[in-house]
Amino acid sequence: MISENSDTASNLPKLATVWLDGCSGCHMSLLDMDHRLLTLLEQADLVYSPLVDQKHFPDYVDITLVEGAISSEADLEKILHVRAHTKILVSLGDCAVTANVPSLRNPLGVNAILERVSAGGLPKQPDTVPLLCAHARPVHTAVKVDLFVPGCPPSADTIFLVISELLAGRQPDLHAITRFGL
Amino acid sequence: MRVVTLKINGQEMSGRDDEDILHVAREHGIDIPTLCQLDGVSEWGGCRLCLVEIEGSPKLSAACVTKVSEGMVVNTNTERLAGYRKSIVEMLFTEGNHVCSVCVSNNNCELQDMSHELKIDHISLPYRYPLKEVDASHDLFIFDANRCILCTRCIRVCDEVEGAHTWDIAGRGIKSQLISDLHQPWGDSPSCTSCGKCVEACPTGALFEKGKAAGEMVKDARFLVYLEEMKEEKS
Repeated sequence: MISENSDTASNLPKLATVWLDGCSGCHMSLLDMDHRLLTLLEQADLVYSPLVDQKHFPDYVDITLVEGAISSEADLEKILHVRAHTKILVSLGDCAVTANVPSLRNPLGVNAILERVSAGGLPKQPDTVPLLCAHARPVHTAVKVDLFVPGCPPSADTIFLVISELLAGRQPDLHAITRFGL
Repeated sequence: MRVVTLKINGQEMSGRDDEDILHVAREHGIDIPTLCQLDGVSEWGGCRLCLVEIEGSPKLSAACVTKVSEGMVVNTNTERLAGYRKSIVEMLFTEGNHVCSVCVSNNNCELQDMSHELKIDHISLPYRYPLKEVDASHDLFIFDANRCILCTRCIRVCDEVEGAHTWDIAGRGIKSQLISDLHQPWGDSPSCTSCGKCVEACPTGALFEKGKAAGEMVKDARFLVYLEEMKEEKS
């Protein structure tokens, strides 16, 4: 889903999605919008996302949706960069909003998890394998978040409403259609 | 017993003077949020969600344990109360490890419902991530302390309805925890009758039936009201 305008100058608002520590379910839910993706791409350019071939986060993005908790030093570095170059930052889904499933490891400690899951303590190549933070934590504990969209995952309808309302310059009212866990 | 008149949220109403504010309000269609309150067992006043403002009193009062009186003027939904209620529920989330998406009680949980009712879309307070235990020693049920909000509904139903008093609270403050008998594994409890009332009374996924997967544990404590009515008819 590469926007036709991605290589040329465009006056359309710039949209990005970022994937931190999550299962990609929120991005799958985004894809579940089906034909409405085309409607959105007429209103905005998708300039950065796991779904497009763009390696570097652009200098300026109007709306960025973040899936996933902050679990590693790399996640933290990434979200600080994204925040600095984004106008409206949206925590998309329970992992970004509450740390959700990634946070299940938090009471146990990093070492116990690495011993159990990676069979043998800290990574041998810290330059290529990011170090885990002490806790997997919600995005808003590291950077300012402008809109929270709870849900595991938020439905395609919810994500469509979020993006179209923000593009229209309005703050979407999500209370009736979102809650933790669902 | 006599009948008194009072005003709740500007609405004139009457109630018996042995009734609490919570029940008089509910009889007149005014809902006050609660978590530790359960019809059919005694009032506890522990969750503090039902705090209300009473004119002439500088402090807030828990509606479930404050009796109505003549001329009382009560407000249940001011901005100040909404702020406190939000903080209380946020603290419940930070003091335990509540992960709704993988919980047996997902979509059947009073804590989850309350966060929605109070329009909580994220937790602004710092999480504590305490290390808590899961007791799966009972043949039929599991106790997951990570999801326990210490409402004591299980304790009261076990003590007052079943008459077993298997459950109790040990420790104080942040170290408070639910224990069975003399802090021994639930499965070893000599007093537990395995009746399951505590499981039905639990508002979250802290007490649940073995074999239930995420979202499968549906609870219903309405039988307590019938038991109460039958008891009253008998006496």
